Amino acid sequence: MVDGENVVATRLVLHLNGRETACEAAPDRPLLGVLREALQLTGTKYGCGEGQCGACTVLLDGRAVRSCTLTVGEVAGRTLTTIEGLASAEALHPVQQAFLDTEALQCGYCTAGMILATVALLQEHPQPTEAQILEALDSHLCRCGTYHRILRAVRRAAELLGAAR
Amino acid sequence: MTEDLLHEACDALYLPSLRRRGFLQAAGGLAVLCAVGPALGQADDPRRAEVGTWLRIDHDGSITVYSGKIECGQNIRTTLAQIVAEELAVDPTSLTLVLGDTDLVPWDAGTFGSQTTPRMMPILRDAAAAARAALLDLAAARWQVPATGLRLAAGQVREVGGPRQIGLGELVAGHQLLRRVGQAPATAPSDWRVAGQPQRKANGRDIVTGQQRYPSDIVRPGLLYGAVLRPPGWGAELTAVDLAPAQALPGVTAVRQGNFVGVAAPDSAAAAAALAALRPHWRPAAAAREAELWATLRPAPAATLQRNNVAAGLAQAAVTAASSYRVAYIAHVPLEPRAAVAEWSDGKLTVWTGTQRPFGVQQELQQAFGLTTAQVRVIQPDVGSGYGGKHTGEAALEAARLAQAAGRPVKVCWTREEEFQWAYARPAGVIDVLSGAAADGRLVAFEQHNHNSGPAGLKPPYAIEAQHTEFHRADSPLRQGSYRGLAGCANFFARESHLDELAHALRLDPLALRLRNTTDGRLRGVLEAAAERFGWAQTPPAGHGYGIACGYEKLSWVATCAEVTVRDGRIVVERLVTAFDCGAVINPDTVRNQIQGMHVQALGGALFEALHFADQQITNRWLSQYRVPRLRDIVPEEIVLLDRRDQPSVGAGETPLMAVAPAIANALFRATGQRLRDLPLRLPQ
Ligand code: FES
Ligand code: FES
Repeated sequence: MVDGENVVATRLVLHLNGRETACEAAPDRPLLGVLREALQLTGTKYGCGEGQCGACTVLLDGRAVRSCTLTVGEVAGRTLTTIEGLASAEALHPVQQAFLDTEALQCGYCTAGMILATVALLQEHPQPTEAQILEALDSHLCRCGTYHRILRAVRRAAELLGAAR
Repeated sequence: MTEDLLHEACDALYLPSLRRRGFLQAAGGLAVLCAVGPALGQADDPRRAEVGTWLRIDHDGSITVYSGKIECGQNIRTTLAQIVAEELAVDPTSLTLVLGDTDLVPWDAGTFGSQTTPRMMPILRDAAAAARAALLDLAAARWQVPATGLRLAAGQVREVGGPRQIGLGELVAGHQLLRRVGQAPATAPSDWRVAGQPQRKANGRDIVTGQQRYPSDIVRPGLLYGAVLRPPGWGAELTAVDLAPAQALPGVTAVRQGNFVGVAAPDSAAAAAALAALRPHWRPAAAAREAELWATLRPAPAATLQRNNVAAGLAQAAVTAASSYRVAYIAHVPLEPRAAVAEWSDGKLTVWTGTQRPFGVQQELQQAFGLTTAQVRVIQPDVGSGYGGKHTGEAALEAARLAQAAGRPVKVCWTREEEFQWAYARPAGVIDVLSGAAADGRLVAFEQHNHNSGPAGLKPPYAIEAQHTEFHRADSPLRQGSYRGLAGCANFFARESHLDELAHALRLDPLALRLRNTTDGRLRGVLEAAAERFGWAQTPPAGHGYGIACGYEKLSWVATCAEVTVRDGRIVVERLVTAFDCGAVINPDTVRNQIQGMHVQALGGALFEALHFADQQITNRWLSQYRVPRLRDIVPEEIVLLDRRDQPSVGAGETPLMAVAPAIANALFRATGQRLRDLPLRLPQ
């Protein structure tokens, strides 16, 4: 199939949410489109397409990245986690639980990106400082303005994760 | 009880429409309490008085509530459930709310103007109260006992002090009761147990796990992805385009209807490539110039100044003031841009789309395609917010056109650029205010004219005998429309800034001036509550200023205090305190969440948001070019909710936005002596 600049679709294998997942896509396609369309993982959202809002955040080898500015070719063979892959069968991830506990959402459209960015942040800094939180989340847009609650959710998640360790 | 008669009436009236409700038949058509038909007509349809229009109980005891309102983050899926659950004594999380589906819910004008709580909530509450009475009567008849000895609890009718109990599902099996909304009294807010409490978001778990399907997430079998060719600017006319290069691409359908050109393709990248293959010719429209904006919106100061008895009032004034304020065009920037999936089947069009007016979009589609109401179904999945920016059905129309041409379902998702450029803006405006006061601060004359931005919030909340307010339409160069709070932000900004100017001229404390002119007890209530929590009486730290603003709009009262300073040439808001009175509070956590969000959103309009344009285009049409409030912008805040259990509940999603900008402008004046009269507030460099 023809795609973008006439790059022919190839078969790519993604390590996605703990599973080997094959898809047909032109390697230069933004990962976001492939996740949402070819793989029907619509939990990852489009908000700006230029790395400015964080709605499309996924974890790549454990780090928070923007799937709208990465191509699917760049991530082939590496480990990807989307919001759908975060909870285990039995329980929510502590960060998901923390967002629920603090009701850190209104429309919820930014929430998946916020949660994944928080997971990556707390992996690196289990007890993040204000500055570290700001660095991780300032480029995530919540237009509903739930930032105060998101800060609370991050702290609550740090507690939950600390208790689980 | 004439149950059989009622039953018959119910059948005769409603069975035809019941048949249209597919899932009702799946439930067997039995076991339905008060089931009536969907797609009720306009506001005067007599069926709106029937309980079953709004509520049904299935044989498994499950309760479903129907409303034409939509969920866009304001949390009505939760708060409306609380109100119904209160009457039926069930867990609110056990209810299913069907919202904004034109085939299933009663007609509704739309979700805007803070109408859900004052208008929809009482209907559902009274419907649920009538259903409760009906359930008790059913059990009373079954057991041959007086209904007064029965009560509802945990999804059952129970005999008080007796052994008998029965689940709602079993109780209603085989019955269809017709009750009228309002036939039984609802629970008084003073007796609330479920309402009036914080309640977790109904679908929160789906959201945090990524399972929630927003309009842009809808997938249908055989789905194609659509994209629309946009003109180089507003008003441009398509003079020629050859569709062949797009049509030649595999799996692509290209359509032209007048100025509309769009493509449908197997994925969004292929759709973008198909558009890129086109070489359209456009004839641009004459371009409006931003430099001429203010003169366009207000060609001359309103000739009606000093109408009514305002001139006479002014003549007695010790001090008079006249000033003019301006607010910029701003964008809603809902994080989910416009999106729609359209599907045609057997002449019927179904569209899933993000809109605050599903029935309005249904009508747009009917008109565009010459269809009847029954031939168009609009389904509004909970949407990635709107803030007044999603009243229209652009993406729905585009997807429907493409789906018709392609013969398959088509999804159209607007890009952020399209959302900035082709949606509508919050109107810009020029607002003139003129007033006079006696030496003691009593307002003796007041006049306010809003040019272009709107009449909402224009009437002052103060007791002023000689007053005149007026809205003047203008020719807006930008497409403009509704925005959270409508013109409330603009008119509050002008009036409350102006009052501060008057207070300064009178050498009066801004709070004292407001209180002197306040006879409304609830306005006084929020003013005093905000001032007290803020510590208004204290002297601000050196270089800091305090500001206050207040008002009444959409049936609620608000007052905001701000502390402001200037650091490195930038306006810094140190803290915000808002007191809010929206009557009896149904879900205090939701109201707090809303006010917190509005504190943040208001900062954008107050300090940096503004759309710019040239050559018939928005020039800052990407998020990288349009500054919105970020995490780093949040300020310490406090919120005081005046939970008035003696007053009707009203909406809480708009009014708290309105007093923030003027409170900041007023505080900035106290801090620096600079009076800024334009939003966004910008210090002269
Ligand atoms: S969509 Fe990727 S950052 Fe906004
Ligand atoms: S909750 Fe709506 S954008 Fe964050």
